[in-house]
Amino acid sequence: MMLELIYDSAAVKEPVLVQVALEEKVLMNIIEAEVGAREGRIVIEIDDALAENIISRFEERGVEVRRLVRGIEKSDACVDCGACISVCPVNVFYKDSDERVIAESEKCVRCRICIGVCPLKALSLPE
Amino acid sequence: MKTVDEINQKIVEGSASVVTAIEMKEIVQELGPEKAAKEVDVVTTGTFGAMCSSGVFFNFGHSDPPIKMQKVWLNDVEAYTGVAAVDAYLGVTQLSETLGMEYGGGHVIEDLLRGKEVELRATAYGTDCYPRKEIVTEISLEDVNQAIMVNPRNAYQRYRAATNSSERILRTYMGTLLPDFGNVTYAGVGELSPMNNDPEYRTIGVGTRIFLGGAKGYVTGEGTQHAPPFGTLMVQGNLKEMSAEYMRAATFPGYGTTLFVGMGIPIPILDADMAKATAIRDEDIETVIIDFGVPRRDRPVIRKVTYAELRSGKVEINGEEVRVSPLSSYHMARKIAEELKLMIEKGEFLLSLPVERIPTKEVFKPMRQKEIKVVKNVMSTPAITVTPDTSIADASKTLIEKGINHLPVVDSSGKLAGIVTSWDIAKAVAVGKSGRVEEIMTKKVITASPDEPVEVAARKMESKRISALPVVDARGRVIGIVSSEDLSKLLAR
Ligand code: SF4
Ligand code: SF4
Repeated sequence: MMLELIYDSAAVKEPVLVQVALEEKVLMNIIEAEVGAREGRIVIEIDDALAENIISRFEERGVEVRRLVRGIEKSDACVDCGACISVCPVNVFYKDSDERVIAESEKCVRCRICIGVCPLKALSLPE
Repeated sequence: MKTVDEINQKIVEGSASVVTAIEMKEIVQELGPEKAAKEVDVVTTGTFGAMCSSGVFFNFGHSDPPIKMQKVWLNDVEAYTGVAAVDAYLGVTQLSETLGMEYGGGHVIEDLLRGKEVELRATAYGTDCYPRKEIVTEISLEDVNQAIMVNPRNAYQRYRAATNSSERILRTYMGTLLPDFGNVTYAGVGELSPMNNDPEYRTIGVGTRIFLGGAKGYVTGEGTQHAPPFGTLMVQGNLKEMSAEYMRAATFPGYGTTLFVGMGIPIPILDADMAKATAIRDEDIETVIIDFGVPRRDRPVIRKVTYAELRSGKVEINGEEVRVSPLSSYHMARKIAEELKLMIEKGEFLLSLPVERIPTKEVFKPMRQKEIKVVKNVMSTPAITVTPDTSIADASKTLIEKGINHLPVVDSSGKLAGIVTSWDIAKAVAVGKSGRVEEIMTKKVITASPDEPVEVAARKMESKRISALPVVDARGRVIGIVSSEDLSKLLAR
């Protein structure tokens, strides 16, 4: 599952992510990270079964957590060209028997590469 | 041997046997060409891809007082007006002057098809017969007298597939190409595509009636750049009758705007040879994968490939599996072939034989250029260089004495080791650093080769925002330096 961690400037000072990872002995993939003046934002991927526990651990430390349940979304603007297929690092897109391009959204790691590739602007990531 | 008239007669009576190109492959395999030719009267094909060489001739009607348009814009996209007073040609790749790549000629066409109004703005110099000098108004597709789609080059029979050996992402008309052979893209729909099903162009020629954008259209001749087996067609149709479903504006990120055009051509099965031609499979349609990492006209061929391999979604390059993206929509192409089949079955679409054949052989020459300027013609040589252990102070002196801004750093064998600029030295001096240039040089240096065209070197500097490139020979030795000033003087001429 993908979690978005939103830190304010006070919490940013502590290595919260590593603290939680070490204490809970949980593996995390860092998918996105942005640090602003007042706020930091990190998207991590963890095992679904551990999610509830990990969310509480972050919340205890003053980190706001949002579950990013949805990955890439394709709108009706899509013409099923397939330009997005080869650029996705985790193979989210495939063609079905009707030659339609399908997005297996659960696999998406939110890298945004496909969004910048689609000629019809048919792709978006829900916040 | 059947004739087109006989087939049309059957279509009118509702007894014609029409199948799509996909169905035909199976039928010929099962029955053989002779029998298949007896069973089937028409094979429908389809294609749906970005066709940059497309556009629309408009006749806007006269204003009061009238105007001889010298320049005209539709939603800020300029159309070509070097024709009669209120006629203009809007090309799909022309960009909006305010929105750039967000919006272009293709988008104006799709908006018009969707019933939207667009702003028409025109300027003129004024004449005795056409005194008006400016006009701004709103028009819809209904308001214009004519909107005739005329596409100089459509329906490419096959196209070269693309990959990228360079270290950076390339944004091209073949889509986004990932570095280090990260992916392959290709255009066209192979065995479903019109000209592949009639490779001798027996029934596709001047005057062939086709499906264009949801309406009836015509082939007006060979397309520009027609070079069999990379054949192309020039086509025409009435935009007012078309549908936005088959005309979709698009932007190839970092490259520009275009239009996905839906086209289908019915192929009359006159004899066993035609049946055999329409049985063509992706396995039999060959093309090459070329390397866009080399920005030259003759891009290196990486390997031969068939449409079947491309369609499988992966190809092998240098022993590694590389993922493939199509750029044309098989889904839409199939839909068009089905739609055309339905139109013929309902008796709404009759076939026509060409009044003139298009060439099956054509040599396609490159542009005649006065000369191709390459880096070695314009570089400063020999380059003034320093060694890694030159002191910052000495390097600074050299820059000032020679009046230059870039100093390639070379090792004892003359090979490039880094570069220092006057800016690096100023920074070092400002923080009171004294020492050797090795400590402050940039080690990852972008270079030019002596035989590289100057435009390629200029593009490197522009995209990396740097102002000079050391020129390095095949053995890595610095033989000169080329600066953006040298190039801009040359390119401005
Ligand atoms: S690139 Fe865009 S239009 Fe093409 S298949 Fe993917 S989402 Fe659809
Ligand atoms: S955002 Fe990245 S991971 Fe998600 S579908 Fe697009 S390319 Fe794949």
